[in-house]
Amino acid sequence: MGASIAITGMGMLSAIGNNVQENYDSLVQGKTGISKISRLSTIHKDSIMVGEIPYTNSAMEAMLGLPKNHSFSRTSLLGSLAAKQAVASAGIRDISKYKTGLISASTVGGMDMTEQYYYDYLENETHRRFIKEHPLGDGTNKIAQQIGLNESLVTTISTACSSAANAIIMGSRLIKAGKLDRVIVGGTDCLSKFTINGFKTLMILSDTYNTPFDENRKGLNLGEAAAYIVLESDKIVKAENRKVLGYVKGYGNTNDAFHQTASSENGDGATAAMEKTLKVAGVNPSQVDYINAHGTATPNNDLSEGRAIIRVFGKKVPPFSSTKAFTGHTLAAAGGVEAIYSILALQNNTIFPNLNFKTQMKEFNITPETHLVEKELQMVLSNSLGFGGNCTSVLFSKEP
Amino acid sequence: MMKKVYINSVGSISSQKTFDNDEFLNDIINYHTTNISVVNPNYKEYLDAGSARRMAKGIKMGVVASKIAMDEAGVESVDAVITGTGMGCVIDSEKFVSRLIDNNEEYLTPTSFIQSTHNTVGGQIALGIQCKGYNFTYVHSSSSFESALIDAKLQLTLDEASTILVGGIDELGPHMIQVHGLIKHIKQEKTIDNLAILNSGTEGAVFSEGANFFVLSNGKENTCYAELVDVEILNTLSKERLEQQVRSFLNQNKMTINDVDVIVLGNNGDVSFDEYYSVLTNGLFKNTQHTAYKHLSGEFKTVSSFGFWLGAKMLKTQSIPQIVKLNDNAPKAIKNVLIYNQYRGENHTFVMLRTC
Repeated sequence: MGASIAITGMGMLSAIGNNVQENYDSLVQGKTGISKISRLSTIHKDSIMVGEIPYTNSAMEAMLGLPKNHSFSRTSLLGSLAAKQAVASAGIRDISKYKTGLISASTVGGMDMTEQYYYDYLENETHRRFIKEHPLGDGTNKIAQQIGLNESLVTTISTACSSAANAIIMGSRLIKAGKLDRVIVGGTDCLSKFTINGFKTLMILSDTYNTPFDENRKGLNLGEAAAYIVLESDKIVKAENRKVLGYVKGYGNTNDAFHQTASSENGDGATAAMEKTLKVAGVNPSQVDYINAHGTATPNNDLSEGRAIIRVFGKKVPPFSSTKAFTGHTLAAAGGVEAIYSILALQNNTIFPNLNFKTQMKEFNITPETHLVEKELQMVLSNSLGFGGNCTSVLFSKEP
Repeated sequence: MMKKVYINSVGSISSQKTFDNDEFLNDIINYHTTNISVVNPNYKEYLDAGSARRMAKGIKMGVVASKIAMDEAGVESVDAVITGTGMGCVIDSEKFVSRLIDNNEEYLTPTSFIQSTHNTVGGQIALGIQCKGYNFTYVHSSSSFESALIDAKLQLTLDEASTILVGGIDELGPHMIQVHGLIKHIKQEKTIDNLAILNSGTEGAVFSEGANFFVLSNGKENTCYAELVDVEILNTLSKERLEQQVRSFLNQNKMTINDVDVIVLGNNGDVSFDEYYSVLTNGLFKNTQHTAYKHLSGEFKTVSSFGFWLGAKMLKTQSIPQIVKLNDNAPKAIKNVLIYNQYRGENHTFVMLRTC
């Protein structure tokens, strides 16, 4: 792939922790973040479960030191906290010392405020400052402002559930081409009534704990999260004597071109994305030590993705698991969350368990890893698949 | 190693009659309201009757504008589809939110939710042409389209792809119009002469919608409009720092002020923010030909894709329609066109086009 893309910082909040360490601890202890919904009032509260972040908006406002009349949506609050963690963990003191960009992913943006004040805007002036906050790009600009990025390449990707993984691809390409020396990439999405009801109408929400790759899986649990990683060029790594956490070794994005919301039966798009990733990385399937699967626990996704994995890896499917049973499906943030989990797996030589798995799927004989496994890992593949046929794979490695 | 990138074709659906590539702003339409729509092509010429009826407005505009561009380039498929949209499919988003509230989360159907996803247009185009390649959607306010351009240009320059469909699409929704009127982002005038808005002296803009698509390639075809030389986006920029950034953009392309023959400006008649453009027209580019287009197209988050269309058309036809001229400094030949846009002082974009 030419120049290497080093990962030098990580930051995140999810239902299983308010920073990277807390997330790791929960993964190792097998502690799920899925529960009944408490923060949002919805008529579906008894029929769904979610991955909620315990912080209230006011707690996060205080942490960020925002003025009273700020216009941050919950998505931007979460995103700002996670991006700041990532920048701090990379040891960046002067962000403008190198040419730096931000590529953030979101699907919800300021929808949490829009759905709250939709009619109120028409009657009252009080909350109208949130109108401008609705589009995704405005949230990303707020995150840029929070990490001190000015006159910089700042943009937003929205490709449904593969969004943050695609932000990693674009960021890697910008460094590879020498357009940027450093880029913060990832995604953020908060829970909203809009997404809860949207997925409800699609009838793919489980009424209990989600069970990825299980024969009796009933659908997904939505979650909220924000997760960012810092990518840096060889130049910075050398000049700043950085501790490198891992590398982006390869990536691939394809389109299933099958259906607006469903994946093709045999996972054509996912197969092509994984194959493209291995080709870009110049590695053989046998070199992949662990797959962090998309594994949303919907009947359609897990069958399609499982078949795609078999098509790519044949009889030698590496250990795989979905961590969605811990966090829920965090939509645009999922690719960022799972990028961090992939790097944690590499750093700690640990495969995280696929919780709640009981019954083997009858369509194939591959089985997810259900226990914490310690094993020397060199390369981890992470899949992200979304609406609009969007399929993405990213390969993370210990060595450049 | 580094390949050049060409705009091989265009497809534009805008508030002017631009869907016919044989024309170039021949008949101008004036509008008298502060929110305007597009001149629709006969969608049934491009879509089957069912799709034409079923598709949301933004999807329909995007799919048809992309078909016009692909027809002109003479390609049946492309290696990648990259779209920019500032708001996504707002009409369906509004439908879903309002029904959700009105019916207290009951009796909802999935159609609006599915169509509300920001990457719906990109996904539908891929589905229609069976493009299984790379498919990205950028949603970053007024630099959404330019973000897509940066992505496409990188892939074509590095030869990761050879033909890419790139476009910007946005549609207007009724609630969006209402609330943006309340915060005065839309002009408050009851009736307005759109062709004269650039000198309105009032706050806000005229909101509109549209779709502009382009086939970009690292191979130059007979249909070529222009070479895409460079694209840059900046999240923030002060008026005081604007000229400095323009200079460095020119420098990185080994160009000087005198190399720029025409500058395409994003003036929208908002007295609070058009001053950015005045910095350039009174300063660095005082003696250059100035052009503007938002009195023809209105304002939307990806309207700079219409500015891109205008720049490409001027280079191909070597002509500058009278209606877009802000001054009278027409060059003998048009070689380089600089496009500059910002919206409400944020998300500044520079695009350089060159004759091919």
